[in-house]
Amino acid sequence: MLKVENINMSYGDLQVLWDVSFEVKEGEIVVLVGANGAGKSSVLKTISGIQKISSGDITLNGESIANTEPSEIIKKGIVHVPEARRLFNEMTVEENLIMGSLHGEAKEKRYETMEKCFELFPRVKERRKQLAGTLSGGEQQMVAIARGLMSLPKILMLDEPSLGLAPVLVQDIFDIIKGIRHQGVTVLLVEQNVQTTLTFCDRAYVLENGRITLEGTGKELLNNDHVREAYLGI
Amino acid sequence: MEVFLQSLISGLLIGGLYAIIGIGMTLIMGVLKIINLAHGQILMVAMYVTWVLWKFFGIDPYLSIFITIPFIFVFAEGLSKYLLHPLIEKESILPENQVLMTVGIGMVLVELARSIFTSNYKSIHTSYTDKAWHVAGISLHVPLVIAFVIAIFLTIGLYFLLRKTDLGRSIRATAQDKVAATLMGISSAKITILTYGLGSALDAAAGSLLLPVYYLYPDVGPLFTVKAFVITILGGLGSTVGAIAGGLVLGVAETFGATYISSGYRDAVGLVIFLIVLVFFPGGLKRLTKV
Repeated sequence: MLKVENINMSYGDLQVLWDVSFEVKEGEIVVLVGANGAGKSSVLKTISGIQKISSGDITLNGESIANTEPSEIIKKGIVHVPEARRLFNEMTVEENLIMGSLHGEAKEKRYETMEKCFELFPRVKERRKQLAGTLSGGEQQMVAIARGLMSLPKILMLDEPSLGLAPVLVQDIFDIIKGIRHQGVTVLLVEQNVQTTLTFCDRAYVLENGRITLEGTGKELLNNDHVREAYLGI
Repeated sequence: MEVFLQSLISGLLIGGLYAIIGIGMTLIMGVLKIINLAHGQILMVAMYVTWVLWKFFGIDPYLSIFITIPFIFVFAEGLSKYLLHPLIEKESILPENQVLMTVGIGMVLVELARSIFTSNYKSIHTSYTDKAWHVAGISLHVPLVIAFVIAIFLTIGLYFLLRKTDLGRSIRATAQDKVAATLMGISSAKITILTYGLGSALDAAAGSLLLPVYYLYPDVGPLFTVKAFVITILGGLGSTVGAIAGGLVLGVAETFGATYISSGYRDAVGLVIFLIVLVFFPGGLKRLTKV
């Protein structure tokens, strides 16, 4: 469905992605794992169009979407839920959700989708009139995911949804992600929480210093010596 | 007591106009993250447009807002698109340099006005310029009352635009988090250019509404830039509600200064308050009230 082929990307003269290639198939949960600064977030940024690539190609169902404006990417059904949530803190939860549905079909079905999000996140419904900035970290993460879902995505890209959350909440968030997949949304996840994500993802790629160094199913990587040593500390 | 009430009410009326100047400035500051030092000069352009419309076409200054608002909106969008925005696109130019650009724009506008209209004072005289309503011993200057009412309608209109429409929400979202807004599919370039136009359009409305009660000369521009700056600092940077409060406070302070000290010190009072706020309440009213 989504194919990233040999992309290179730099911030100024600092190259952060080197010939990165991977693939996400329809209905999968694919994880990019790696340490801080490995380039995980940068990969998502190139897909969502907020960073331009210097070479390589990104295709969605065979059609090139490399270096397309972010507003076009979201219309094509790819949404990027950024790291650290980045909600609009001085807007209400409901307004934040509305911001996720500015275009086309998503706009027409805005309130219908919102009700579905509320079913998925009852806590978010309780807080709908509150300013997003007053919510707890876990609630904010739920709003961020819901805001992403409001655009009726085919592919949901999540950048470290477990960041800064208590372990109990992390499990909740991952359960929700599994639920979202069951509704037919493909998930591309970026995580540092290697152990947990590898147990429930379909496939994973390990990113080190801007290069893909390993790939395989979650189980394969969990049993891989390098992964065990470098990321699981076993 | 009567003098006190009279000053208070006159101050609030003029404060209503200052408020929309301040809201315009705040909008621009919120989205572009710069202080628009051409704000008063754009207001001056609107005043000249209003004057020309009245002098040569006989159009009432209050009706002329239907012309000055769209005119200045388009004019300011042009400034933003071709002079300010290119500075953001170039990575090697610090975004702060946009502020310097606004200074330049302001200077050019003042000198253009001077070369076209000379430095002579201009004013307009309508049938209601000198009229006043008397209510309970207090006289209400008719043009100020009309201007105040129109200012309220504009403020309410803007409130609905910002709160209830996708466009308005996109403006607020861009002000709060540009990257997140971009990820939602908002074109931040479009919103930035549009916001400069919108903020300036409010400014233009204030210009048209002020003309019946104010003298017009090219250097009125810098004077109002300073006032706009004072209002936004008073209100707390980036707060719309603060800008309304700041406008009213400045209006009242100036009128009290003119009444109780000397009308020559009218503008000085505002600046003294500005200094006091900067020294003792650097966050402005926003910090005191958290709005």
